[in-house]
Amino acid sequence: MPLLEIKNMVTSFYTEQGDVQAVRGVSLHVDQGEALGIVGESGSGKSQTMYSLIGLLADNGQVKEGQFTFDGEDITPSSFASKREYEEKMRKIRGNTMGMIFQDPMTFLNPVLKIGTQLVEPIMNHNNCTRAEATARALELMNHVGIPSPEKRIEQYPFEFSGGMRQRIVIAIALANSPKLVIADEPTTALDVTIQAQVLELIDELKVQGNSAIIMITHDLGVVAKLCDRIAIMYGGKIVEIGTDKEIFYEPKHPYTTGLLGCIANPEDDEEKVLHPIPGSPPDLLNPPKGCPFVDRCEKAMLVCRDYEPAVTTFSETHQCSCWLLDERAVNYHE
Amino acid sequence: MLKYAIKRIVIGILTLFILVTITFFGVHAMPGDPFAQDNKVLSAEAYAAMEAKYGLDKPLGEQYVIYLRNVLHGDFGESISKKGQQVSDIIAKRAPVTARIGAIAFVVALSIGLMFGIVSALAKKRWVNSLITLFATLGVSIPGFLFAMLMMIIFAVKLNLVGIVGLDKPQQYIMPVFALSLGSISSITRLSRSSLRDVISQDYITLARSKGSDEVKVVTKHALKNALLPVVTYCGPMFAGLVTGSLVIESLFSIPGIGAEFTQSITNRDYTLVMGLTIFFGAIVIAMNLISDLAAAIIDPRIKLGK
Repeated sequence: MPLLEIKNMVTSFYTEQGDVQAVRGVSLHVDQGEALGIVGESGSGKSQTMYSLIGLLADNGQVKEGQFTFDGEDITPSSFASKREYEEKMRKIRGNTMGMIFQDPMTFLNPVLKIGTQLVEPIMNHNNCTRAEATARALELMNHVGIPSPEKRIEQYPFEFSGGMRQRIVIAIALANSPKLVIADEPTTALDVTIQAQVLELIDELKVQGNSAIIMITHDLGVVAKLCDRIAIMYGGKIVEIGTDKEIFYEPKHPYTTGLLGCIANPEDDEEKVLHPIPGSPPDLLNPPKGCPFVDRCEKAMLVCRDYEPAVTTFSETHQCSCWLLDERAVNYHE
Repeated sequence: MLKYAIKRIVIGILTLFILVTITFFGVHAMPGDPFAQDNKVLSAEAYAAMEAKYGLDKPLGEQYVIYLRNVLHGDFGESISKKGQQVSDIIAKRAPVTARIGAIAFVVALSIGLMFGIVSALAKKRWVNSLITLFATLGVSIPGFLFAMLMMIIFAVKLNLVGIVGLDKPQQYIMPVFALSLGSISSITRLSRSSLRDVISQDYITLARSKGSDEVKVVTKHALKNALLPVVTYCGPMFAGLVTGSLVIESLFSIPGIGAEFTQSITNRDYTLVMGLTIFFGAIVIAMNLISDLAAAIIDPRIKLGK
């Protein structure tokens, strides 16, 4: 049984103009100790999928459909009798068995609370321990994420920390109770390249030592190549292709995946090689396209792509892709 | 922190000095003089004698130096219009009455305003919010004296619950206190609501929730401390404004406070009293600003470093 299973998640945000359908039927699973990368450009719904799962959507967001199972328990919002019961349940999971690492360390730490106060909190929330014990654990965590002289640093405020050091604190908060699942929402996007590598190293270690499962949300294929066992490619609120890292990098099936791979700049390539940006912009999720979300930007788009949603084609136990080009029926239709 | 405090105190003293200087020359530049008010026309000799008595015959620059020296020794001089009364005695007699009402009004404004603001910012039900918004808007737009008179008509005349004027019994404080604090209640409500709303949508609140903290803790520990910052900085000037009194409220309720005294002293061209009261009020405003700035620096350690 997988650690996490999401079936057909649909999430939308209420706005004055109408409902923005951010997540449109996402299904995925994560096994114990496994690292799954979710890759997609801004607005593809990758972050909102995770916010829906952990129950931290903005006030106007709502999970409309889906079924979520985590650690053997049903955590689908609609399966609870009231919002209060759901919140009560999630409160026990958040920061405990499910930790989240956020994107921007400059805005995700409370500016007026000491680092120690913020780090001790998840420990005190979920363990029956004294403040002294929690502080000892906090120091241990700070040591673990590579913060020099933690005894001194624990008394300081976030503004006394550099961006990279703050991100280490954000990671330490997520790891406080050795979670079974760590959700990392673009943990390196806001950091300098040198710091990025260090932070990725830290997350990688966590996988090796802690046996935690990781969901890594990113738009950087380089990051997932280094860290992830499996990769899901998201576009327009849907998973268009999912497979192991080798399957995605060496046998990409979806035109969007091939497009993404064509956008990677590699210094080892000769200078003649040009990058191939994908023209156009992501679909408007206020009025999502009826057929394939990628149809407007796809070089190989057919008539059927515009009107009908592509079905899932299975290539291996791990590799699936939703594209009409791969569908036998479409080939017939085309002729 | 100490360095920051000392810096602010020095700036405060400097501000007070500038205030004294501007007021001194401003008061003397006003047309008319303290003795023109007297109905009987003074003879030239009597006039000269009066001027000499209060040192007004000397050049302005010299008067200024003498005044500054006296003030530094704590001597604000004798009131010109109220013969034989020291300015400091007048302040000592009148200020406590005003300050007591002002202090109560401050506590009332802060507690009710904060309560309304917090409830309104966190309320999920729309009508709660609309009701508080309506109240806050009314509170800002209704003048204090109108509200005072409405209260007088309802509570004193129709219901006969309290006496209209005077401050003999504790319940007689109710009307002037509410009339005085109405505007401040509304301001605090609006300020704390918008500030808390803003804070509650910040990223660090999401992170606090991701730790599994319950909503009460998220609000009290993570949101309020940030949200109260603008309220704290507003409190200093508000407190100063309330304890220095209001002429309108004091005359409506016949309260022998210092607000009325100040207005009178200006019409009388009572140089020494105007100066004394200005310095007194100025010192309160500066001190309150100083206190609220220091309080803000304690809450948010970034402030004292100018970050």
